[in-house]
Amino acid sequence: MSIAAAQKRSFGAVLWDYLTTVDHKKIAHLYLFGGGFFFLLGGLEAMIIRIQLIKPENDFVSAGFYNEVLTMHGTTMIFLAAMPLLLGLMNAAVPLQIGARDVAFPFLNSLGFWLFLFGGLMLNCSWFLGGAPDAGWTAYTPLSTTSPGHGVDYYVIGLQIAGAGTLIGGINFLVTIINMRAPGMTFMRMPLFSWTTFITSTLILFAFPALTIGLFLLMFDRMFGSAFFDVGLGGNTIIWQHLFWIFGHPEVYILVLPAFGIFSDVFSTFSKKRLFGYTAMVFATILIAFLGFMVWAHHMFTVGLGPVANSIFAIATMAIAVPTGIKIFNWLATMWGGSISINTTMLWALGFIPTFTIGGMTGVMVASVVADYQYHDTYFVVAHFHYVLVGGTVFGIMAGLHYWWPKMFGRVLNEAMGKLTFWTFFIGFHLTFFIQHFLGLMGMPRRYWVFLEDQGLDLGNLISTIGAFFMAFGVIVFLYNAIYTAVKGEQAPNDPWDGRTLEWAIASPPPHYNFKQTPLTRGLDPLWIEKREGKGEITPAEPLGDIHMPNSSFLPFMMSLGLFIAGFGFIYQVNHNWAYVLLFGGMAITLVSMMIRSLKDDHGYHIPKEELEGEAD
Amino acid sequence: MSHDQSLNPETMPNEPEKATLEGKNKFLGFWFFLGGETVLFASLFGTFIALRHSTAGGPSADELFGLELVFIMTMLLLTSSLTSVYAVYHMRNNNFKKMQLWFGITAILGFAFLACEIYEFTHYITEYGFTFRSSAFGSAFYTLVGFHGGHVTFGLAWLIGLMLRNAKRGLNLYNAPKYYTFSLYWHFIDVIWVFIFTVVYLMGKVG
Amino acid sequence: MAENTNSKEANPFQKQKNKEEMQKQVISFAMMILFTIIAFVIVATDMMQEMFVVPVLLLLAIVQVAFQLYYFMHLKDKGHAFAAVMIYGGVWAAALTLAALGVITWW
Repeated sequence: MSIAAAQKRSFGAVLWDYLTTVDHKKIAHLYLFGGGFFFLLGGLEAMIIRIQLIKPENDFVSAGFYNEVLTMHGTTMIFLAAMPLLLGLMNAAVPLQIGARDVAFPFLNSLGFWLFLFGGLMLNCSWFLGGAPDAGWTAYTPLSTTSPGHGVDYYVIGLQIAGAGTLIGGINFLVTIINMRAPGMTFMRMPLFSWTTFITSTLILFAFPALTIGLFLLMFDRMFGSAFFDVGLGGNTIIWQHLFWIFGHPEVYILVLPAFGIFSDVFSTFSKKRLFGYTAMVFATILIAFLGFMVWAHHMFTVGLGPVANSIFAIATMAIAVPTGIKIFNWLATMWGGSISINTTMLWALGFIPTFTIGGMTGVMVASVVADYQYHDTYFVVAHFHYVLVGGTVFGIMAGLHYWWPKMFGRVLNEAMGKLTFWTFFIGFHLTFFIQHFLGLMGMPRRYWVFLEDQGLDLGNLISTIGAFFMAFGVIVFLYNAIYTAVKGEQAPNDPWDGRTLEWAIASPPPHYNFKQTPLTRGLDPLWIEKREGKGEITPAEPLGDIHMPNSSFLPFMMSLGLFIAGFGFIYQVNHNWAYVLLFGGMAITLVSMMIRSLKDDHGYHIPKEELEGEAD
Repeated sequence: MSHDQSLNPETMPNEPEKATLEGKNKFLGFWFFLGGETVLFASLFGTFIALRHSTAGGPSADELFGLELVFIMTMLLLTSSLTSVYAVYHMRNNNFKKMQLWFGITAILGFAFLACEIYEFTHYITEYGFTFRSSAFGSAFYTLVGFHGGHVTFGLAWLIGLMLRNAKRGLNLYNAPKYYTFSLYWHFIDVIWVFIFTVVYLMGKVG
Repeated sequence: MAENTNSKEANPFQKQKNKEEMQKQVISFAMMILFTIIAFVIVATDMMQEMFVVPVLLLLAIVQVAFQLYYFMHLKDKGHAFAAVMIYGGVWAAALTLAALGVITWW
């Protein structure tokens, strides 16, 4: 099962391997390719938005299409790009970091990916089938219940399918981290990325059900004539806003906490120091997650909840700045006095600190209710959340990709191109979004198709669009870098960064069973401990023996495909009877696949000890 | 630790559902799933509470609901919860036949509950014209109670499949976690029902 | 394999322990039935003021659910720490959701 053997196989065999795989490392690849594809799509949509706004009263795209593009940009970036890319990094790194052979539920892991992919495809099918959703990524009722055509229906069904996948992924990581840690790997010895994955999964578990129900209510109103949001029959449109933000605010932390984990690992590795204030970092993460559940109404200050509710949520929101500040100071203190090496990975992490701090500062500004009446729905808010989501999540993903690329793909990314990507993206980002603070303060509302001449908005928008092109250039260089190193690059060593954690103790990329012998952890940063004591390799915790592995399965693909087909049935049964064929046919595929999974025993297989002895470490 | 050995009923431990790593994972994962389901049903309950007086001129909760049927349904479901406890008791004693028997009784009680619910819904629709589409209250009521009914239906299909699949081969460490997670699921359905009869029916009667 | 199934029953000590456990379960079942009947009687006979009925009903429901969780679902047993943490996390998120939709949807 060496790399050379893998490369010899035919394209069909490789495709079938990926369609049926339950190996977390291959699922990580799938998540990265899937999420990367949607990231490019969302980026294209962003470019259309920025080109439309390059000059006053532009007519690059029509107003209706502009609404579709901005809705899909937000939805795609949040649900189909940022989350899958993070899930990809989690799949690639977490089992290795905790010394596990696999995740707790390999089958469900694969199911989670395919549900995400088919949900994302479903959403994007809308472009070709009568128009994409156009009610904003928040899909506020009654705008979303009255939006004509099937666009919002695709939003509902697509997100429902993708959301189910994410929930499954969350439960999988929770159980993996609790039950599958290697001997000696106590909770307080886990790398910070594993910790943030654990906390993020908890957030997923408790936040996504609210979205599920919100989407169901919207689906019933749009497709089955119920009256949840129909004021004429006693419905209440505010229910959607509550459900959406009860999910939506924890979602923000779902996106940013894993990035915090990546930065913690990166800072500590490239400063050659143990993370400063490890315990404080862990508890700050828990505190952010806890507080993150109690602040959703700060998105609804202008709804009219009343001064008492608004004040409570304002204070809770500002409180989050405290644990976040603790983290910023701990990262700075980790670097202080360390032997810092600055490479592309570290540049992304260094760029993150000022960027995210600005985003956090404007966050406190929008959290104060009185001022928020001025900021609400302006470009100030757009600038704020791009500073935290790009400055936090995207920078985090980029840092994580450069950091774990050798472990995931067996190649070290080219440094020169990496630095070019960073600098163009970083400068482009600040050009694009810093000016938007001022556009917002001058009164430019978000989501508008055009703006008028000579209102002081012309130059700012031009600068913003120029910045967007810089970012696009940076992304293209990164893509070229990935392809270039895949073709021309050399095989990466096991431990290219002089790493501290368990994933750097095994081959790059690791064998499909990860650890030949389960590793013994003797403290925080286990590999570093062994290096310091002159050993340089991890002590095994068990003698060499048979390894139990899960069987590959095509069923997750079939289950997701069934729901994908049934989704079209749900959408079109409103006005076409033939759609019932799709609805029942699709559900039948899913249910039969589930039945096969339940009724057929699947014990997995064993890699015999003799075969393992023959392989190099 | 060879695989065949771990499936041998001769070495059945006291808690067979948690004897293997797969079993432990399933046990924990299923509890977490129930934690998520708590929020799922809370969202439905919240929606129902917000809309329970929005009858749009149609019948109100007080006019619709009769306590007798709800009481019978409650007793059926509570008893089915106890019978599944008996089933797990026999699983722990490694008595497969009795376990199947008690799970069978659980399924019968579940079907009786479901029949009552179907009767109840058709009664409201035909006698009162109270439907999913007639008012926001109607939408919220059918969605909340229907989601619970859907969970019961799914649970019954799960249980029947499990009992038929394993009828001939008895209890082992591979299927014990499956039976156990089902029993957790069934108790959770009961937990939801306790809140449904309290919040929807009894509080609806009070006003 | 089928004949082998019942060849080894649990040992007498475990059996006795399981039996005692089962007695507790039956007692909690009786309590649950009792609470249910009390709840239905309160509503059916209109014996209480409206202001008190709702909190009493909710209290009865919560106690019943505690019996379900702790006895029927064994949440009180060893090895259920994480299960309990996640259930209480769910209850916390559920309480917030209910507060949002029950209290501040209307103003």
